[in-house]
Amino acid sequence: MGIGVVVLSFLLMAVRLWDLQINQGEAMRGLSEHNRIRLRRVPAQRGVIYDRNGVVLVENRPSFDVLLVPEDAGDVGQVAALLGRYLGDGIALDSAAHGQRGRAPYQGVVVRRDISWSGVAAIESRQLELPGVSLAVTPRRLYPFGTLAAHLLGYVGEATPKDLEQRAELRMGDLIGKAGIEQVRDHELRGIPGGEQIEVDAAGRGIRVLAEEPDIPGYSLVLTIDRDVQAAAEESLEGHNGAIVALDPNTGEVLALASRPTFDPNVFASGITAAAWRDLTKDPLRPLTNRATQGQYPPGSTFKIVVGTAALEERVVGLGKSVCCGGGLFFGGHFFRCWRKQGHGCLGFHRGLVESCDVFFYETGSRLGVDRIADYSRRYGLGGLTGLGLGSEEPGLIPDSNWKKRRFGEKWYPGETLSVAIGQGYVLATPLQMASLMGTVASSGIRYRPFVVKRIEGPGASVTEFKPEVAGKLNVSKSTLSSLQAALRDVVQGEHGTGQRARIDGVEVAGKTGTAQAAGAGVAQGGEQGAARRFRDHAWFVAYAPADMPTIAVAALVENAGQHGGTVAAPMARAVMERYLLGRSGQDDTAQQTASRAD
Amino acid sequence: MIRLNRQLVAQIEWFLPVVTCALCALGLATVHSATYDPAHGVDPLVTRQLIWLGIGLAGMVVVLTLDYRTLERFAYFLYGLVVLTLIIVLASGVVGGGARRWLRIGPLTVQPSEPMKIVLILVLARYFSRAQLAPQGMRLRSLTIPLVLTAVPAAVILMQPDLGTVGVLLVVFATMAFVAGARLTPFVTVFALALASGPLLWAYLLKPYQQRRIMSYFNPEGDPLGAGYHIIQSRIAVGSGQFWGKGFLQGTQNQLNFLPEQHTDFIFSVFAEEWGFAGAIVLLILYFALVIRGFVIANRARDTFGALLCLGVAGMIFWGVVVNVGMTTGLLPVVGIPLPLFSYGGSSLVSLFVGIGLLMNVQMRRFTFVRGSI
Repeated sequence: MGIGVVVLSFLLMAVRLWDLQINQGEAMRGLSEHNRIRLRRVPAQRGVIYDRNGVVLVENRPSFDVLLVPEDAGDVGQVAALLGRYLGDGIALDSAAHGQRGRAPYQGVVVRRDISWSGVAAIESRQLELPGVSLAVTPRRLYPFGTLAAHLLGYVGEATPKDLEQRAELRMGDLIGKAGIEQVRDHELRGIPGGEQIEVDAAGRGIRVLAEEPDIPGYSLVLTIDRDVQAAAEESLEGHNGAIVALDPNTGEVLALASRPTFDPNVFASGITAAAWRDLTKDPLRPLTNRATQGQYPPGSTFKIVVGTAALEERVVGLGKSVCCGGGLFFGGHFFRCWRKQGHGCLGFHRGLVESCDVFFYETGSRLGVDRIADYSRRYGLGGLTGLGLGSEEPGLIPDSNWKKRRFGEKWYPGETLSVAIGQGYVLATPLQMASLMGTVASSGIRYRPFVVKRIEGPGASVTEFKPEVAGKLNVSKSTLSSLQAALRDVVQGEHGTGQRARIDGVEVAGKTGTAQAAGAGVAQGGEQGAARRFRDHAWFVAYAPADMPTIAVAALVENAGQHGGTVAAPMARAVMERYLLGRSGQDDTAQQTASRAD
Repeated sequence: MIRLNRQLVAQIEWFLPVVTCALCALGLATVHSATYDPAHGVDPLVTRQLIWLGIGLAGMVVVLTLDYRTLERFAYFLYGLVVLTLIIVLASGVVGGGARRWLRIGPLTVQPSEPMKIVLILVLARYFSRAQLAPQGMRLRSLTIPLVLTAVPAAVILMQPDLGTVGVLLVVFATMAFVAGARLTPFVTVFALALASGPLLWAYLLKPYQQRRIMSYFNPEGDPLGAGYHIIQSRIAVGSGQFWGKGFLQGTQNQLNFLPEQHTDFIFSVFAEEWGFAGAIVLLILYFALVIRGFVIANRARDTFGALLCLGVAGMIFWGVVVNVGMTTGLLPVVGIPLPLFSYGGSSLVSLFVGIGLLMNVQMRRFTFVRGSI
């Protein structure tokens, strides 16, 4: 019986071979020549990105790429020369020749991306002269508002060999997200490419589609961003380097996240040129850096919110007059200046914060000690990632005595606490962290995790909704919070406040100014006039509004402004809050403006 | 000086090594053709395969010097050793193509699931040869231990995952149980059980790509971009060979990299394209001769263990050929097992040489008066 099975099986195989090689041999031979049955991948449409109100921030447009299959072309040089003539000069002959490396035979090489309509017409009408040349319709990314929210949205680019190695679903030439939302949400946005099995003739022209699999478009994203608020932030930053972050203190939804200098993600969409890439990466101002999440700056006087909270909660100062400022303080043989040379006189917590008296905070800071300051800083989320979910984020730095021992092997000196108390020294924070801090004060001690993606809309009706998440709680008493909130309100609304330029008609605003010495400023103590630009002070303003029932919290930072936070940053924060709360200066109007600028 | 046992040496079989080497030579030539790139000359894979061939021959000679009954004594020890290596592979093996199948030993990567096949044949032959056969044949109960012996390595290999090898182990088990005298009813029971648990296995054990492969067998048009395309391209390659083939190194389908795994699982399409129907039939005749020779030796063996050993090895080669050729010609689903002695792959080659060595071993020690080692 065993022998029978063996004989029968071998006979069956022989019969099958006879059928394939003799009966169908002729037909199969025909199909094998010129690889007559080919696969053509059809890239999926990337998902569309909307703002919170349904305004399209990123979409796709069709574009035509010229593909050359060298095996079909015969004389590649001649075909490339002809193509060059029809499309205008500079056809990338190199890529036609060198594209062969790592390329499977009969796989087309993209010789020109995103050609014009006249180019399409020229190639279509001269098909016969151009064997091996075909056009592929590829969806390209379109950012209708140009630079608007560029750092947040990110950009796309061709998958690198490393990407290909790491992600099996990618193929050479695929576009993937390289930064921002495009990168972090690439899996949701990219969709699944489809493809066609096509039969071609000897010149590589498709005769018929044998089978096809439709592509599955990527999921759409709805962001928490408000396009108008974002535009207001970007407009006010115009001409400066810096960042603005606005968020909803009751949920953590980020309403605007702007960084300057910026770039146009459209430049990346059809393949960035080497020169343009060099310009962007070699620029000393580093326009690709997202200053809102990656820029780490000394928070200056805005840090007094943290020290003030600690001071009240730990009862190291009372609400009555407890410190007297004579324009400075001697400590450990050094003179620590107050920004107001003539001094503030004797004051308590309220005036201390409203008028941002340095001496008051030197004193409270040294009573608290650096470790207690660090504890409260961390409760505000400083010194750690906020968890925004945008990939590139920096944690800032909150020093304490342990940190110094680890880092420098030295003990902490009390004099250093004084610098920390006014947000200088080793302290570093990102604009995003400062906005989150202000949100925590606004929501009476609840710190929500900031987030930018509100909703992912999958195929059909499947929707993933992102809910607010509590990242931490401040855990301080009601009286501490109300004293703090009252003082912050008077920074803007009060007679002696430093942030009066953030006032909005009809809405009460709470905020805090900050003017931070840039790192290394000590070296250039030649006065502000002579200081190099990179040693000039950073200007901060953090705020929330309305003061009694806050719906927006903002942090604005102007890098090396050389001016006070109350002067340059406060009006920026105001503009952003105003746009959100009052929707001023006509939405349609600005939308058109920005759109036409993007063109 | 070593004294040779002249009586034994006189019994050395020549037919098997000649056929085996002929198959290996054709295989090597085809691996060369499948990996040939005019710009780079001979691919390092070919050299590596040549080295493996040498190791295989050495392994065959070593197996010849020992009496196969010595191996019987060590069967469970060897079994335990290989199962252990399989578990090590699972824990710290080399990953390739989405599976963890290999172990790196110095410059070589070894695939322990290949020797597992031989070792399983050894333990099954030992078990079945000693089992007390009921007059009406083996019942389900006496099949339990060999089933467990098979299931343990099969489960570990399934986790790699390597569906093809698991299939070979199961088929080897079935073949040996059947020739050892198992009745048909327990088989039907096991088959029914397997069928019933099919949907569960499908959902929980198979990876999506494996599900796709099986789906594409029943409906190749369903996955035109993946397995469906591979089947079609393989069929075109085989068919376009026609009667005399396109000639050595002249195959276009394989030269142009349309075939997936062209030097391993789809090597037969490369051969059939270049050597045509004529070549493919010669190849099939060689395999047929190998398998039948195995049956003949089993028939003459002096004990049941030897007979079962031969049937196991012959069965393993037979099923390997049927499944592989069936897959490349579109008769069976794409399960990804190599063509015995032909495909690229060192561990498989060495294991098969050891298997052929076992056949020769049983053949030369078939008379009771000749025993012991050489």
